[in-house]
Amino acid sequence: MKQTILSVFILMTIIPSFWVALSSNIVHAAFSLLFTFFGVAGLYVLLGADFIGVVQVIIYIGGILVLIIFGVMMTQRGRVLALSVQLPGKILAAVLCAVILGALFFAVARSLWPLEPSGRELGPTAAAIGDLLLGKYLIPFEAASLLLLLALVGALLIVRRSVKGDK
Amino acid sequence: MPYNLTSFLLVSSLLFCLGMFTVLTRRNAIGILMGIELVLNAAGLNFVAFSRFGSEFQSGIPLSGQVFTLFVIAIAAAEVAVALAIVLSLYSRLKTIDVAEFKDLRK
Repeated sequence: MKQTILSVFILMTIIPSFWVALSSNIVHAAFSLLFTFFGVAGLYVLLGADFIGVVQVIIYIGGILVLIIFGVMMTQRGRVLALSVQLPGKILAAVLCAVILGALFFAVARSLWPLEPSGRELGPTAAAIGDLLLGKYLIPFEAASLLLLLALVGALLIVRRSVKGDK
Repeated sequence: MPYNLTSFLLVSSLLFCLGMFTVLTRRNAIGILMGIELVLNAAGLNFVAFSRFGSEFQSGIPLSGQVFTLFVIAIAAAEVAVALAIVLSLYSRLKTIDVAEFKDLRK
């Protein structure tokens, strides 16, 4: 049962990400990213990371994907932009990616991992993650909040300057 | 697929390579952003998978990898906001999002 659900989520992650990489229509790529993000959220939940799964749905699907689709639609001007590199470059990129993928598969398949999860099943993780964020990882947590603030101000500043420059 | 670490690592390496292919072949700036998101998802999946199956899970606090994934997600959100601001700003100046056209630092 668990393996069936795992296979469903893996297919749900992998097939749309092929579409993201290969589709010539950028709108189709953006919408298939939705299924990839959702599949990854399902994999997180299967790994016992319920809080991360929910965060993935809220931030990636609710935030980042909406921003990306917004950007796609802002920059289209009536026709769908199917921009990608010419064929020789594409073949070179495919060969490079295939080599790296083969190396990764080889390394993963040959290594001796601790393969079985321990018998202990994880319960809800939100409380423990909150403890870690405000205890052991307090400094990185504050740094991340500062980074988000700076990104907010920086994004506003960049767009505002470009609007001013057009005047 | 069996429920073990190898399955998750294979999925995340495939996701990483597809993301890298997207970054290398797209000339559409927003398409490149999508590729970067795929790569970051692969990294987060690796962190969570190792936190589930790694030795730390047996010994005590099994959540450090999940906290790392939270930071990856936060940084991805910041990155995509700034990147889209830059892309929209370039679009309003040059009327294109073809990265081959972005050659000059100032104009």
